[in-house]
Amino acid sequence: MTEEELRQRVAVAKKFMSALPFCHALDMRIDEAGISEAVMSMPYDPQIVGDPETGVVHGGAVSALMDTCCGFAVNLHPECVSPTATIDLRMDYMRSAKPGERIFAKAHVYKATSTVAFVRAIAYEDDPENPVATATGAFVFSKSRKAGKGKAADKSGAAA
Amino acid sequence: MNKPESLQAVKQRRDGVLAALVDSIPYIKFLNITFDRRGDELTAVMQFEEKLIGNPAIPAIHGGATASFLETAALIELAWQRAWTAMEDDKLDADNVTASGYLRLPKTIDFTVDYLRSGLPRDCYARARVNRSGRRYASVHVEAWQDNRARLFAQATGHFLMPRLDTVG
Repeated sequence: MTEEELRQRVAVAKKFMSALPFCHALDMRIDEAGISEAVMSMPYDPQIVGDPETGVVHGGAVSALMDTCCGFAVNLHPECVSPTATIDLRMDYMRSAKPGERIFAKAHVYKATSTVAFVRAIAYEDDPENPVATATGAFVFSKSRKAGKGKAADKSGAAA
Repeated sequence: MNKPESLQAVKQRRDGVLAALVDSIPYIKFLNITFDRRGDELTAVMQFEEKLIGNPAIPAIHGGATASFLETAALIELAWQRAWTAMEDDKLDADNVTASGYLRLPKTIDFTVDYLRSGLPRDCYARARVNRSGRRYASVHVEAWQDNRARLFAQATGHFLMPRLDTVG
């Protein structure tokens, strides 16, 4: 993917993301976007607290940020041609998020087949080496025909 | 005890404890999740709202909202089941629940969500089943559906760390 193509893709994805009501409700923003990877974050908000005693954000809200960031990373895969959807997402919670701090998620597509994108992500406040949570997920994926031209043509021939 | 407790008193105690458990958590309010109670059985309800939408094109409920809903249903079910025994033993009611430690929610260790079909712009329901509940660890399965109980739109399994209780009564 050229710089220009990436820029365009990010612009489209940003526009799409800003139109998602749930992301808007959690005030998510895009911090970084690269080939097959992304960083997104959301601010601390008393409304999304899951433990009133400590003021710690609910795991579900962190999960929502991770899911969104993973989906965005899939969108940034060079061969991604259509919108994605989560097939499954596993969250591992390592520790409580620090109350009052912005939470970041960093996601990376480590393998994309013709039908599935496999994604890993971490959530943290300031240090990715000290994660709040990690996630692994499988996402719906359709590869561009252009990429595996010969193969795709063979397959469609066989199917017909 | 000479006289059996009145039905109203029993209901009041159970509903009071459930409300104390649910109302204390801001994120439950944010997602507008409520709980229907039939005896000890809980059904979590997430009323549809525009803000829950993830993909306006379909439109579909955001996977993160679905995951949050399922995790909340699992957490409340766990806390509720533990409180139930204390409630039946007459040790717990709405007045002492805060001090008792029962409002301290379990901590999620891991949570895996299967997205079976997209969540439509409709109300969501979920029921959780505690498959194992030890003193420290618990394993819970949750199913969520919309119009049709047999057509789940998501399910999840999670492991939880149970908080210690202060001595009650």
